[in-house]
Amino acid sequence: MAVDIEIIKQVAYFAGFASDDLEEAAKPFFEQTVKRGEIIAMEGDPAENLYVVASGAVKLFKTSAEGKEQILYLAHAGESFNDVPVIDGLPNPASAQAMGPVDLYALSKVDMRALLDKYPKAQKNTTNLLAGRIRTLSLLVEDLSFKHVIGRVAGILLKYAGDDVGSKPRLTQQDMAAMAGTAREVVGRSLKMLEADGSIKMNRHRIVISNKKALEGMVEMAT
Amino acid sequence: MAEMPYIDLEKCDCCGHCVEVCKCHAIVLVNNIITIIETEDCGWCTECEAICPIGAISCAFEIVFEEG
Ligand code: SF4
Ligand code: SF4
Repeated sequence: MAVDIEIIKQVAYFAGFASDDLEEAAKPFFEQTVKRGEIIAMEGDPAENLYVVASGAVKLFKTSAEGKEQILYLAHAGESFNDVPVIDGLPNPASAQAMGPVDLYALSKVDMRALLDKYPKAQKNTTNLLAGRIRTLSLLVEDLSFKHVIGRVAGILLKYAGDDVGSKPRLTQQDMAAMAGTAREVVGRSLKMLEADGSIKMNRHRIVISNKKALEGMVEMAT
Repeated sequence: MAEMPYIDLEKCDCCGHCVEVCKCHAIVLVNNIITIIETEDCGWCTECEAICPIGAISCAFEIVFEEG
């Protein structure tokens, strides 16, 4: 099986390449097949190659000190990964694992450099690709920090919920914000979200917890 | 009797921001004193609490588990 030019064509680095340039650029790529669950790159290790997914899906993830896994993104056919360490020469910022049987096209660091030197268009495409990565990661950061806040707000609601009226102190959104270490507006946004997903009901000055399990799940996710 | 947000008159300096922001006109200035009118129209939007620059208004929530 040779490197499929149709896959190389989809790779962001080669956007706008003429077909003979594509053929040329595809030459230094070599195939690699990995089994389901196999680790392709390990966080912290030196990066040797840039990879393009030819078929299957690859999970890019980081592992916390407590062993919790956070997926950064999933790379599918035509998408590259391991770009950042190959470009900056530093160790892998994340690990990569095959989610099923995966066919890869690998490109060595040296060949990648040569390719960028040869094709100014590839350099321009690199800028766009990296900008896109930053955007995706920024959205992920926003999503994660909001998830943390929601988890904390859910925890506060569970802690201050009484079985009958008047058994626990009342809380303003300002109080909840101070407890959760966030801004008042963020608490307001969290309550609206919890109401929209049916976990709570806002009944004027009363917050009714209708799905205790869901709130407990959110607390769990945030810790 | 409708439950209403609480205004700490000791703190309030009668700036009137809360009067402007309240859509249901539950907060009024009477003889230069901020007064809350009891009304079910107040949907506990908490806008008055949010706008008060000195934190004189509190819209506190009672949190309960749904029965059953
Ligand atoms: S909570 Fe909203 S409706 Fe009620 S008094 Fe305050 S601003 Fe008016
Ligand atoms: S916004 Fe605060 S300080 Fe201003 S009038 Fe209303 S309660 Fe008083």
